[in-house]
Amino acid sequence: MIRRVFCACFSLAAMSARLLAQPGQEGFVPVTGPVTEQIPAAPLVISSYAFFFVLLFLYVWTIWRRIGRVEADMRALERRQAEGGPRR
Amino acid sequence: MLKIALLVLRKDIAIEARSREIVYTTLLFAVSCVLIFSFAFVREEGVPVEGAAAGILWIAVAFSGTLALGRTFERERYGETLRALLLTPGSRAAIYAGKLSGMVLLMLGTEIVLTPMVAVFFHASFFARPLQLTVLLVLGTIGFASVGTLFAAMLVRTKTRDVLLPILLFPVTIPVMIAGVRGTAALLQSPPDEAVATLWIGLLTSFDTVFLVLALWTFEPLMTE
Amino acid sequence: MKKLFVPLVVVAAAMFAYAPVAINNVELESTMLLVQKIFYFHFATWMALTAAIVVCGVASVIYLFKGTLAADWYGVASAELVVIFGVFGLFSGSLWGRKAWGVWWQWDPRVTMATMLVLIFLGYLMVRKYGGPGSEKLAAAMGIFGAATAPFVYKSTDWWRNIHPNTNVMRTLGDKFPGAWNLVWYCVAAFLLLVVLLLTARVRLEALRAELDRMYLALED
Repeated sequence: MIRRVFCACFSLAAMSARLLAQPGQEGFVPVTGPVTEQIPAAPLVISSYAFFFVLLFLYVWTIWRRIGRVEADMRALERRQAEGGPRR
Repeated sequence: MLKIALLVLRKDIAIEARSREIVYTTLLFAVSCVLIFSFAFVREEGVPVEGAAAGILWIAVAFSGTLALGRTFERERYGETLRALLLTPGSRAAIYAGKLSGMVLLMLGTEIVLTPMVAVFFHASFFARPLQLTVLLVLGTIGFASVGTLFAAMLVRTKTRDVLLPILLFPVTIPVMIAGVRGTAALLQSPPDEAVATLWIGLLTSFDTVFLVLALWTFEPLMTE
Repeated sequence: MKKLFVPLVVVAAAMFAYAPVAINNVELESTMLLVQKIFYFHFATWMALTAAIVVCGVASVIYLFKGTLAADWYGVASAELVVIFGVFGLFSGSLWGRKAWGVWWQWDPRVTMATMLVLIFLGYLMVRKYGGPGSEKLAAAMGIFGAATAPFVYKSTDWWRNIHPNTNVMRTLGDKFPGAWNLVWYCVAAFLLLVVLLLTARVRLEALRAELDRMYLALED
């Protein structure tokens, strides 16, 4: 159940990533003013937000994987119980 | 409760007085800490780096304190005396208070040796304001030892105790260390900045209060297993 | 309650999909220009972190004094969230500081204390992993101490002068920069929703694990 939810979440975010590409280009245009900035700000901003999404997806993925493993173990145990039960 | 705490303290002192193992090893470790720092922070001309004295003093105190904590509770675990202590009728907080006082005394003794040493090696005028410095050291020691005694006691039966104690203790005692170092550094300036030092003493007092209250509150449930 | 989970995930995903668009479109702040836009997620992450710390502190107290197993699950889940949001907060702050202060790192009180908080909760996770049996209680003690030091982090910028923006920034933001005000709180809402969802998922993992252990024990009988 939760795995299906995560699937939906991933695909939605992937679609939004495509939307992200368009606004991002506007962000690279420098601000009005004669003074040029020595340290370009755009890469900092972009990498900051990118880092957040990477971190979030990594964490969600590890939870998803661990839940999957536990559920698989539970199903295996239930099968063993079902086999062992009728024999008794 | 005070009676039990004093009894625990006297027991610790009595045991220690016979072998003096923890006192000597802690002292020697603290001295070698300071020596290593001296070699690390001395510049080519033989002049020590300025402004390092306050930090070095407190680092040496923290490291030797951690070691002493580990050794003290290792001894308790070895003799299985901790369980016997916990079985005594009476508040557990009193046992904590007794062990805390022993640890504070040990650390203060180390500081008495360390402070002149650091003052001499790093050309630091520690004794311009001896009263404030003493207050700073005492309050900082109490803050550090209060958290340290709690954590060392709760880790006593853990296998990875030796490495877990610093990992857990150092982040929590960062406020105490910062306040101690900043206050000492303020006192080392010429002329000594008393207003700033008093600010840090005030902060240290509030940290100590919070930590002591928390430690006394959580000692009982942590030790019942 | 369980039925709300899926719609809330959709809502959260939509909010986070929209957020970068909104952030790109909000006007530039006058002094710091483009790099100030890091602020929206940076502030929101610290709000999420505070929420996680409160949950961890309360859960730790309940677990230590009452022994409720579910409290322990919430404790470990929120501790993981504290570390994650804290790492992101420090990272985004570092990037912002690189532009605004010129250096990647600065030992100002709030940064120092925030790093300390992340370390404390990392210690929480360490002691659970390597502390052997019974380490949940030890971790609960760490959680309590971490939660107790958190107020000092917040107030540290008010107590002594330093280069980090102090708490007055948020109070006057609404008047000086109205376009940002709504966006900030929108991001905070998105992050808090994220905290709730992540907590639910992580606690479910712990509950499933406990159920699995119970099944193993039942099978052995």
